[in-house]
Amino acid sequence: MHIPDGFLSIATVATTYAVSAGGVGNAVRIANRKLGEKQVPLMGVLAAFIFAAQMLNFPIAGGTSGHLIGAALAAILLGPWASVLIMSCVLLAQSLVFQDGGLLALGANIFNMGIVASFSGYYLYRLAVSLLGDGRRGRLIGGFVGAWGSVFLASIFCAIELAVSGASPIAAVLPAMAGLHALIGIGEGLITGAALSLVLVARPDLLQLQKI
Amino acid sequence: MKWWYIALVVCLLVAAFSPLASSSPDGLERVAEDKGFLVLAQDAPFQLIADYAFPWIENEAVATILAGLIGTLILFGVVYGVAWLVKSRRQDPAM
Repeated sequence: MHIPDGFLSIATVATTYAVSAGGVGNAVRIANRKLGEKQVPLMGVLAAFIFAAQMLNFPIAGGTSGHLIGAALAAILLGPWASVLIMSCVLLAQSLVFQDGGLLALGANIFNMGIVASFSGYYLYRLAVSLLGDGRRGRLIGGFVGAWGSVFLASIFCAIELAVSGASPIAAVLPAMAGLHALIGIGEGLITGAALSLVLVARPDLLQLQKI
Repeated sequence: MKWWYIALVVCLLVAAFSPLASSSPDGLERVAEDKGFLVLAQDAPFQLIADYAFPWIENEAVATILAGLIGTLILFGVVYGVAWLVKSRRQDPAM
């Protein structure tokens, strides 16, 4: 879902850069208050995992592929603001070094895949866990639901940005984006669930860290 | 041995599988193609390791794996460093 340069209007570029800059600034401020020694290596590992896993496009219907975003997983383990920091670094590196996602579109990409995906993934997970309990079952279902919702919502915001930029009318781009990402979200949900169940087996204490 | 040494090795293994990834267009690219606005896409003003393939390497799989390993290490290093810089200096017994 990395938007290249050329799709977004100057107004959309400016607005999304401003919102994302504010979000990242707030994430730094909150991390500065709450982030502890123990979370530092987990932040690094999650960034490395998200980058690596994003390279593994999986096929969905009709000659289309999708890949993990990873924001839901990071937000579930570390909290939404820490996830915003991780996703911003991943997206910045992808744009600067790998030419994936435009430099002007970086604000929008951080907004969609960083801010929207982290917060929606985190709160959908929390909602599911509060309904189903924080046992293994509740956490895995919560992880799937949070991950699916994070992709679906990010794609809706992406479609809105494309539409207000004049790239494509909203009636065309919104259902197309939401429909495909409802499928890609299933992949996100399965990978997030698998990663969470690995953490639950290997290092269940990581799920108890203070959320940032 | 610290747990995250093992976790980092797992991430590098994931990156090593990158040549197996589907090369079909992703969701956004597919929509851009179908709705006719893919032509608006502009190339980046400069290219380092564009399209996740390390330049000057003929073998596509090797170029992709190398790009994946480099990116994975860059992200671990950068985010570890950022987290270390912004982390709270206050000692919190709860953590």
